[in-house]
Amino acid sequence: MSKQIKDFRGTPLRESDFQEGKVLYVHDALRGEYAWDTGIAIGHYLAGLKKGVILGARCDHCRKIVVPPRTVCEWCFRPLTEYVPLQDTGTVNTFSICYVTWDVKRIEKPEIPAVIEIDGASPGHGILHKLGDVNPEEVTIGMRVQAVWKPAEEREGAITDILYWRPLKEVKKR
Amino acid sequence: MGMRKVAVVGAGMTKFVRRAQETGKELSWEAVRMALDSCEMTIDDIEAVCMGTAPDAFDGLHMKAEYLSDGAGAWLKPYMRSYVGGGTGIFAPIQGWYHVASGLFDTCLVVCEEKMSSFYPHAQAAFLTIFDHTTERALKPNLLWIFALEMNRYMHTYGVRKEDIALVSVLHKRNAADHPCALLGEPDITVEDVLNSEVLAWPVQRYDVSPVSDGAVAIVLAAEHVARRITDKPVWIEGVGWCLDTAYWTNRDLCYPRYVEVAARMAYEMAGITEPRKQIDIAEPYDPFDYKALHHLEGLQLADRGQAVQLYIDGTAARTGNMPVCPSGGLLGVGNPIAAAGLMKIAELFWQLRGEAGARQVPGNPRRGVAQAWGDLMQVGTVVVMGR
Ligand SMILES: [Zn+2]
Repeated sequence: MSKQIKDFRGTPLRESDFQEGKVLYVHDALRGEYAWDTGIAIGHYLAGLKKGVILGARCDHCRKIVVPPRTVCEWCFRPLTEYVPLQDTGTVNTFSICYVTWDVKRIEKPEIPAVIEIDGASPGHGILHKLGDVNPEEVTIGMRVQAVWKPAEEREGAITDILYWRPLKEVKKR
Repeated sequence: MGMRKVAVVGAGMTKFVRRAQETGKELSWEAVRMALDSCEMTIDDIEAVCMGTAPDAFDGLHMKAEYLSDGAGAWLKPYMRSYVGGGTGIFAPIQGWYHVASGLFDTCLVVCEEKMSSFYPHAQAAFLTIFDHTTERALKPNLLWIFALEMNRYMHTYGVRKEDIALVSVLHKRNAADHPCALLGEPDITVEDVLNSEVLAWPVQRYDVSPVSDGAVAIVLAAEHVARRITDKPVWIEGVGWCLDTAYWTNRDLCYPRYVEVAARMAYEMAGITEPRKQIDIAEPYDPFDYKALHHLEGLQLADRGQAVQLYIDGTAARTGNMPVCPSGGLLGVGNPIAAAGLMKIAELFWQLRGEAGARQVPGNPRRGVAQAWGDLMQVGTVVVMGR
């Protein structure tokens, strides 16, 4: 009973208690190494990236094209067997301007992660990637962007075969 | 459905601290002992134990729940651990509820423990492995990214302003100043303080975020016939719900948590709630970030989409308002030891609905509350409705 309890337990420590040896502790670094096979659908996706193509997967039943591709449609639970090439252009669905590393150290040049809706996929279907070649203050949701690929001979079949996405200068058709 | 009524009859918790000297086992025991003492029960009265705790990676200890079991009072008892990411602290009591509602047990102890400080140099790294190892981790993502991406999408879709979202952090941290276990209660914090805090991953700033912590919470559940012998103030679990959305998080609109809506509708239907905005007196939505409280209030159907911030602007969410939100101080103020933080919300409703919340007490004899948690890759919603 909260108001009747006066003595809540729990003893706070500071980082300095460790550094100054005020508490005993053990330190260990756990090593884990993994080799992940890509699976079937992502295997196709990565092979596509190596060729400079972003692949989606089509569900004829739901009339949806999803990216990244997968072997089952979560909407109808039917198999997805058809891979379709998408455009390497898209629209920024959302973005962030990140000034820290994962362990909250400041970084000088901010990173701009974004969810990019890929042209040719169903509306709202995007991937996580990064923006570049752009002033962070000029990035907006809805901005049109284009993939900047690694040179073909350097691609290895990885999401990093796309270096980043930069603002798209649309060629106006007459 | 032929299920029995289940009540919360006791609750206990440790302080939430940045780093506790006690081990997870010791923290669990302190919370359990307090919960049992609060309802004058002993461990012999407990028929089963449910444990909620985060991935083993936090502690670098495989089979962590088994390690914690002695402290949690599970020796030689039916024992089960659940883990649904940040949603765990509300899922563990749901699991305890169905242990009792099913008729299998008359009493069940629910314990949630988290010790995030062991991980060096920062528990954030333990979260990095939630991203897809092939399509996302190669980009070297930072956990803050997904929250910043979601917050920006939310703000953009509904035109919600950062200076209004900051009101959430201000209210919760001020509320926490009245919580004896709080890590970050700040009675005098202002919107300016939040807006001037360090930018981590825009739009997320330092004071938009809850602090990682160590801590444990325990509650005692009992079937109706037992509960009425134990206490004249049982707080009933009236409805439960949970739901998981797709792991392809870049394929859904981050502006609205439909998985919370599904979970809430399940819980409301069970509780006979048809008009949640009128029938819920206190809300404890999950608030690891300030915008998340708004997101979740909307998923819980307690505000229209994009409108939850109005509850803070017009005072509805204040402790003295028509529907207080996070009178505990929430994760933003009390602290965020993942699983323990969720169960803290259940303990808060228990104390509030019994009129025992002390300086935090919501006036007007509140009758019913809802607690909710969220987690995984922004995809799980867990909801419990409690009433007296
Ligand atoms: Zn389908």
